[in-house]
Amino acid sequence: MPPPILELKHVYRSFKRGREVIPVLQDINFAVNNLEFLCLVGESGCGKTTTGKIICDLLPPSAGAIEFEGKDVARLRGAEYRRFRRSVQIIHQDPYASLNPTHTVSETLSYPLLTHGLAGGRRGLRQRVHELLDLVDLTPVEDFIDKYPHQLSGGQRQRVSIARALTTEPSLIVADESVSMVDVSIRIGLLQMMMDLRDRLGVTIVFITHDLALAKYFAWEGRIGVMYLGRLVELGKTQEIIRNPQHPYTKVLLSAIPEPDPEKTRNKQHIQLRSEDIPRLTELPPGCSFHPRCPWFVEGVCDETIPQLISLPAAKSEAEVACIPLERGQELVLHDA
Amino acid sequence: MSEQAHEAVLRVEDLSIVYRTKRGDVKATSQASFDLHPGEALALIGESGSGKTTISLALIRKLPKNAVITSGHIHYQRDGSVQDVLKLSNRQLREFRWKDCAMVFQGAQNAFNPVLKVRRQFEDTAQSHGWTDKAAIRERALKLLELVRLDPERVYDAYPHELSGGMKQRTLLALGVLLNPQIVILDEPTTALDILTQRAIIDVLNDMQRQLRFSIIFISHDLSLAAEMADTVATVYAGEIVEIGPVNDIFYRSLHPYTYGLLTSVPTLGHMQDHLQSIPGSPPNLINPPAGCKFHPRCGFATDACKKEDPPLEQDIGTHLAACWHKDRLLESRKEPV
Repeated sequence: MPPPILELKHVYRSFKRGREVIPVLQDINFAVNNLEFLCLVGESGCGKTTTGKIICDLLPPSAGAIEFEGKDVARLRGAEYRRFRRSVQIIHQDPYASLNPTHTVSETLSYPLLTHGLAGGRRGLRQRVHELLDLVDLTPVEDFIDKYPHQLSGGQRQRVSIARALTTEPSLIVADESVSMVDVSIRIGLLQMMMDLRDRLGVTIVFITHDLALAKYFAWEGRIGVMYLGRLVELGKTQEIIRNPQHPYTKVLLSAIPEPDPEKTRNKQHIQLRSEDIPRLTELPPGCSFHPRCPWFVEGVCDETIPQLISLPAAKSEAEVACIPLERGQELVLHDA
Repeated sequence: MSEQAHEAVLRVEDLSIVYRTKRGDVKATSQASFDLHPGEALALIGESGSGKTTISLALIRKLPKNAVITSGHIHYQRDGSVQDVLKLSNRQLREFRWKDCAMVFQGAQNAFNPVLKVRRQFEDTAQSHGWTDKAAIRERALKLLELVRLDPERVYDAYPHELSGGMKQRTLLALGVLLNPQIVILDEPTTALDILTQRAIIDVLNDMQRQLRFSIIFISHDLSLAAEMADTVATVYAGEIVEIGPVNDIFYRSLHPYTYGLLTSVPTLGHMQDHLQSIPGSPPNLINPPAGCKFHPRCGFATDACKKEDPPLEQDIGTHLAACWHKDRLLESRKEPV
């Protein structure tokens, strides 16, 4: 297997609020393989956006390392660091906030090209902007190139954001909830376009979302990482996670989500949590953070030891899972709700 | 027909609403008609800007100042007498709101007064509608808080900031039904809540409706929520109800290309990969909507007829209605149900 394009090694990140220290990410380990479809999913506050920012070095980790093509990003200097910056780009969630309202589409796309010296003269610049708009299906290009963001719809703006991320010919793009704010009827079109870009331009996309169904669609041939309160709790092949989830949190999530099919969604078995309260990041419970809510909680085990993300011995699934009873091969026993 | 009309707690007829703006009139709702029966859950499904919130605001006469109702009636029935909500006096409206028809707005975080305890907000609501006995208010409130699966004593004496987002949303639902309304309108009841919190809210709503037997109108862009909770689903596009019918008819035998397009653009959690397709183009500008059927520029079935004349919302089978000239072609084109 070729070396991964990017790897997170024991990454921690905390933020300070007054005297409080909020641990947003704890011991995150995963690799992004070249051209794979990788999706990070989790509810709000699980640390998925922070992970995305750390991948792009928009935030430094509090501890741990990010390796890009085998080299520690924190040690890259000069031309090497600039190459990393060009190679890793991000598309933000909100196309209304992420585009400068006083810049036309053409200006928005020209600045990165000029900054990184990728333009090749005035003619070349206009030519390249044309190509980029063509790539994201904003055609006929002349209708869009001189527009301001307020003259575009949400979906069109998000296409401009995507084009902007492509200006530097990156090898890795982090797409953070990049289709969540566009209407349902055009969401899939945007996602399909991003999936095509991987084949056309050879760019790897890490997709971050709270929507497991969307993650399944995007990463069907790839992997999903499920996050809960700052840790990865399950990481594995998408098809395996959807068909045979292992971690209790993944199981509960999949059982809870309504589906666009009346018969199916009304006959779904919902697993009841022991508690609906989500712990605060500043007052995380000891042991596994999910244990106060976990319907399969084992006293004296789950509330004492922090589980690590590892492959399961019984090989029910190839996924890596952070759950001590599963690690020990124990049969899970459901608590009464 | 007449028997059903008799039964309806709410009958909306030919409702049209425009917003007067500097750029022109925005035709936010055009000739909307539907019935709501006792105990029924009706979902208004549409994308942002489709006009679904405008319809619901009109039902409680809470439209913004620049809105003008250009046609229609909203007949409300309680205990055999029928009134037109659009003709109620201000005083009658105060009675109607909350007591007959309650609305729970999107974003529960902001709906409470942050400096008053939950208790005060329940008391204020009840007292302004003529209740005087605080013990009775307390009794009713605690019963409802228990129904929404909260610790009633604790929540009743809490300030809003002491409650989590999901708890606030549930407290708001309890407050919404405090005066035993016949109709509860829910605007995006689960949007912006976490998945596990959403599940709790859906379960609570189902419980409440079973016990208190009110009718629900909920507004959402989330088809899954409609699949799970609605008895009847109406699809709203560009200010028009383009299809309405029993939930299974809408999901398994949709007759309008827009509804069908929405269904084929939503991923599922099934064990196979989904074959999805977006609807091309984007929703129209409602100042100058397209002539004829407003969906025709995005529709794969559109013909010249669609460009010229707006199809009426017509009955197909039973209570399933759709506004499309080419229902048969849509049905034919689908070899198997979605």
